Amino acid sequence: MALYTPDRSQYPAALPDGSLEFDLASGKYLKLWQGPQHPGITGNMSLELTVCGDEIVHARTHVGYLHRGFEKLMERRTFIQCFPIVCRICVPEPDFNEYCYAQAVEELAGIEAPERARWIRTLILEMGRINSYMMYLGGQAGSLGQAVIGQWTTYGRDLMLDRFEELTGARIYHMFILPGGVRDGLPDGFETRMEETLREIERIMADVEDVMFHNAVFKTRTVGQGIIRPEWIEDYGVTGPNARAAGVVKDVRKDQPYLVYPELDFEPVSGTDSDVFTRADVRRRDVHVSIDLVRQILARMPKDGPLMAKVPNVLHWKIPKGETYVRGECSRGEYGYYLVTDGSGYPRRVNVRGPSYTHAMALLEKMIVGVNIADVAGLMVSLHTYPPEIER
Amino acid sequence: MSLKDVLSPFTAWKYVFRDPVTIENPLRDRPGAARYRGFHKNDPELCIGCGTCETICQNGAIDMVPAPGRDPRQGDSALRPRIDYGRCCWCALCVDVCMTKSLSMSNEYIWVDRDPDAFRFTPGIDSKRWDSAELGYHRPEHHRLVPEHRPHMGELEPEERIGSFAEIVDGYTVEQARAEADRCVSCGLCIATCPAHMDIPNYIAAIRDGDYRHGLELLYRTNPFSEICGRVCTHKCETVCAAGHTGEPVAIRWLKRHIVDQVPYEQYRDVLAPPAPATGRTVAVVGAGPAGLTAAFDLARLGHAVTVYEALDKPGGMTRWGIPEYRLPYDIIDRDVDVIRSMGVDLRCGQRIGGDVTLGQLRDGHDAVVLALGLQMGRATRIPGSDHPDVRKAVDLLRQATAGEDFGTPQQAVVIGGGNVAMDIARTLARLQKQAFGTVRVTVTALEDFAHFLADPDEIKESFEEGVVILDARGPQAVVIEDGEVAGLKTWKVKSIFDEQGRFAPSYDETDEMIHPGSMVVEAIGQMTDTALLGEDLTEKLAWNRGRLQVDAKGRTSEPWLWAAGDMVRGPDVVSAVADGHRVAAGIHAALTGKEDQA
Repeated sequence: MALYTPDRSQYPAALPDGSLEFDLASGKYLKLWQGPQHPGITGNMSLELTVCGDEIVHARTHVGYLHRGFEKLMERRTFIQCFPIVCRICVPEPDFNEYCYAQAVEELAGIEAPERARWIRTLILEMGRINSYMMYLGGQAGSLGQAVIGQWTTYGRDLMLDRFEELTGARIYHMFILPGGVRDGLPDGFETRMEETLREIERIMADVEDVMFHNAVFKTRTVGQGIIRPEWIEDYGVTGPNARAAGVVKDVRKDQPYLVYPELDFEPVSGTDSDVFTRADVRRRDVHVSIDLVRQILARMPKDGPLMAKVPNVLHWKIPKGETYVRGECSRGEYGYYLVTDGSGYPRRVNVRGPSYTHAMALLEKMIVGVNIADVAGLMVSLHTYPPEIER
Repeated sequence: MSLKDVLSPFTAWKYVFRDPVTIENPLRDRPGAARYRGFHKNDPELCIGCGTCETICQNGAIDMVPAPGRDPRQGDSALRPRIDYGRCCWCALCVDVCMTKSLSMSNEYIWVDRDPDAFRFTPGIDSKRWDSAELGYHRPEHHRLVPEHRPHMGELEPEERIGSFAEIVDGYTVEQARAEADRCVSCGLCIATCPAHMDIPNYIAAIRDGDYRHGLELLYRTNPFSEICGRVCTHKCETVCAAGHTGEPVAIRWLKRHIVDQVPYEQYRDVLAPPAPATGRTVAVVGAGPAGLTAAFDLARLGHAVTVYEALDKPGGMTRWGIPEYRLPYDIIDRDVDVIRSMGVDLRCGQRIGGDVTLGQLRDGHDAVVLALGLQMGRATRIPGSDHPDVRKAVDLLRQATAGEDFGTPQQAVVIGGGNVAMDIARTLARLQKQAFGTVRVTVTALEDFAHFLADPDEIKESFEEGVVILDARGPQAVVIEDGEVAGLKTWKVKSIFDEQGRFAPSYDETDEMIHPGSMVVEAIGQMTDTALLGEDLTEKLAWNRGRLQVDAKGRTSEPWLWAAGDMVRGPDVVSAVADGHRVAAGIHAALTGKEDQA
């Protein structure tokens, strides 16, 4: 229920090819850049907006501000040397890169990570999902001027980073899931400290629900805003909470189960309204699913057993010719690694499918037209995009 | 929208009454977790400078730099990793792959400095406050990026091998060899240690790639005795192998053998380039052991006409006449020698210099003469009774055993010595006893205790398996003779072998006396060279050093026409003899071509 009602008579004329004609000299339209340095943009990308009054009549997304050439870098590095690189492709939720890359290498090399390592991998991925959502919730509220949510969720995320630190040895770039398995097992007393952390996060989430979701301002700004039509889901390759909020229940964990997800009891969260509010709510409820999954994993994972499969000497590890695509359900949707090997000691091609690529570019350009300038940031954040994975 | 949506946000005010969750002084109160990947630590004493950390670092953040006050020595390059924190990404692959576990990380993560260059430092050398930090990332024991164990190689069981002189080990299969070759980290410490400086990492890489012809070519660049060294080399390379610090060293010797096993002998000629055009210069080599034949091989390939004179009726020197067949089958020696012959070397066996042909004649007939006589005379203990005819020298018995002569295998024998020759004769006698009497009764008495034994551990283990009794720290005092016959050996317990100055001066515990029964006592306490062929005049003219012929760095004696190489100069060791053969050949070639200054 948007308060702003656009004046359709102000719209530009459409040219025969479908593009819009703007006569900037008329003073009717204004080019406005949001980004690459802007509080209302997610990461380093930019929106070239054409506005008419307060309304966006046209938008172009510009990416490339964060291009570090990961995929090309990997073609010049040995298989083990790619392991420290991949996590940098998505800063807030790096573990999917580690998992997908490791799994792809393992598949092509014909090795299988031990059972215990697979449980720990699942644990890490769910811990990362909670963290990613916490970061998102702060950003979503902040984009609409509600700064306090970010303070709370950052605190919760920090507690989880403490758990990451004691488990993996690092807070952000964990570099823990490597081809063959994981580096180490759980430290002593980890389960207890994790339970304390989960309880604290649950408490924070209860406050977030009260202050952010039962909030007249938030609802006014988000309900009915930025709708992704169900028919766009397939057209644009929308996945994850963005799709589930539109009632299209897609979840790689269920659809193409991997790791130990088949042994875990959970149901993907979905919604129907497909607006900014629903997407935020789906993610809020998904946090609770992940908390439950972490508890299930800690209760059921094997306490003993190998953590690494036997790998050859990594310094001259050659992998037979082949190709594979490994996917996983990250907090933003389907994350995937397409790995091609040619029998040498280096990947022939690594292609990263980050869900932000499909969500933050063409889809955003389509959704943003007709939106009030003030709602652009909130709409963009609601797609939950991380630009580094757009431009690998 | 409901009334709750209007009121609920006000619940945020409860945070006004909560304590802050932030840490008051995070720089002081927030240590990193127990396995935090913080600043690097390195134990410079444990580190061997293999550079594997530098190899794996994908950021190029590690450079191996000379460590002040350290000199390279065998098994230590004296280089230490310098880390550039402008490049490091804290992935800890360097720690994971560290071959000695010397590299680790502390849980420290705060370092403030105005000078950007300060963040490039050599852990363990540049002292840092976190050097003593106990917490931080260390490679977990189970976590290995380089396999630690050798593949199992098949070999004859003790009861099977004791009955014959059949070769004990099977050699690696292709799969086993590739798995073993895979363990090499190509650090090259072995190259520096190998007397012949063989290109070990690259020939191991050739095995990984399945390119055996290239492997053979690499072997022949530095060693024409790869068949022999692939079986009996003293493999000093393996003692310094980086993989040996936290696992088993790479089986470099067996991998070398694997290469020569894989290339069909007929293809050797294709792999080796033909000799250079003839130079018209001639060289005589006395002694067809590894040193003499290596020198002959090199000189022949350089185009010189080489004649090798060998006193015994077959070539190979101590590799044939000293090493038993179960360690080194004779046909293996023949293969190596045949390749050398195929380079145009004129090999004349059964021609002892000093008889029909004198050294003077060789000098007159050739541009250079190489002495590679080896150490073929056994040393005597000179203990009472050691002049009895049944007190024998190990090298003499081994030579007779090789020749198939019957030297009267004793029913019970005592061997004096703890080196590989002692093991060779003990195990040879054991086999002969098994064949003649059905039982093994050989006792080895060694001066050294087991912790300082001279023989290879494999030799000791296999000797035990074959029923040989080995007694350590026993000093021979007298041969017990009863009724004119050898009845055994009397020994005392050794208290120490060297005096405080490090000189050989064994001291004994006389109260701990043992008599080891046996009808033959074999001395295996070292060898020396028979230099009778030099004649008195030449012996007088030549410079000597502690009983050994003195040579310069190129192997030339004090007589410009005479060169010497091998065991007689360097002491007993096959691969050192090979290295010496190369050295003397290079020296002679430089002298003959007038490029001595450049050699």
